[in-house]
Amino acid sequence: MKIAITSTGNNTESTIDSRFGRCTYFAIYDTETQGLEFVPNQSKDNVEGAGPASAQLVASRGVQKVISGEFGAKVKDIFDSLKIQLIVVHDDKKQIGSIIEMLNNAKN
Amino acid sequence: MKIAIASGKGGTGKTLISTNLFWAAQKNDQYITIVDCDAEEPNVAEFISGKGIKSTQVTQKLPIIDAQKCNLCGACYDFCNYHAIVYIPESQYIKIIEDLCHDCGACLVACKTGAITEIEKPLGSVNTAAINSHTLSIESCANVGIYSPVPVIKKAISASKNLGTVLYDAPPGISCPFIATAESADYVVLVSEPTPFGLNDLKLSVETLDHLNKKYGVVVNRAGLGDDAVYQWLKEKNITLLAEIPFDREIARIYSEGHLLVDKIPSYQSVFTQLLHNIKNQIAQ
Repeated sequence: MKIAITSTGNNTESTIDSRFGRCTYFAIYDTETQGLEFVPNQSKDNVEGAGPASAQLVASRGVQKVISGEFGAKVKDIFDSLKIQLIVVHDDKKQIGSIIEMLNNAKN
Repeated sequence: MKIAIASGKGGTGKTLISTNLFWAAQKNDQYITIVDCDAEEPNVAEFISGKGIKSTQVTQKLPIIDAQKCNLCGACYDFCNYHAIVYIPESQYIKIIEDLCHDCGACLVACKTGAITEIEKPLGSVNTAAINSHTLSIESCANVGIYSPVPVIKKAISASKNLGTVLYDAPPGISCPFIATAESADYVVLVSEPTPFGLNDLKLSVETLDHLNKKYGVVVNRAGLGDDAVYQWLKEKNITLLAEIPFDREIARIYSEGHLLVDKIPSYQSVFTQLLHNIKNQIAQ
């Protein structure tokens, strides 16, 4: 299963980005292959519509769960109808590496 | 002649100035109209009432996709300049995000399968009242919960075209509703107060109006409160101080009861007549 985590940078030391639509990177982690890819968020500086554009980006990558600090109202509907689960992490000091570790532990 | 009364900061006295200025203008001009452009919270009618003569609904067209006819080609998505269509072919998903739609109609042109039709979404109303034979008030009133009041404000402004001297009571802030109002005006009166908040927001308004290439001047309301930083800044920037209204509890009381200052304290009649005169001089320059 693929999981997207909003990230402030492009490595596992980076912390989670607290905003979904305007995050800097999406860390896309595949729990089966344990592959990790950092995708820059092109719509981060959009005047409006950053959320839906970001939702489109992660959904088109076949992600089934999204982890972020906060989700806007516009993306909630989109993810609901795509049956993509949203997970909110309030601790914005959490590093991508440690979230992945938690995901691996949860699987085992 | 179109004059907008605006302020960066909310609650500085836009409506106090515009309604009393309206009084001065209707003494001097033949045809005069006041437009309440603060569509999210219109309140000019609390001070100037007239006989309702017209109410026009403002709507926006909104595209609807018929899932039966849509072949998920994505042409509408490609045409949409506002990112209002989310298209995920992998998931056979297409959706219009209502709040992002600008009613441009491009998706309708793009769709070759006839899957897109439009519905009318109500945004608010424009309400016109006659005060007497030569004065009108036009109110923009946005429905609660709509994404932007700008289409309603623009309708109200266009209804005031060719109606002589027009005063726009602008919405607060410097975002789209303010810009929609200011860009239609020949002159902008910025109402500020001598406080750090007042000065900060005045600077933002001035910066915006400079971008729009608009003429403007400043009215300091609640003079005597705070400090003199606003005055120093105006001097430094060579911006005209059009008038000062003192900080006075009595003014606040009169305003809160929905009265015009010029009616309750007649000595202010000359203050607002002079303000109108100063504005006209500025426009003529």
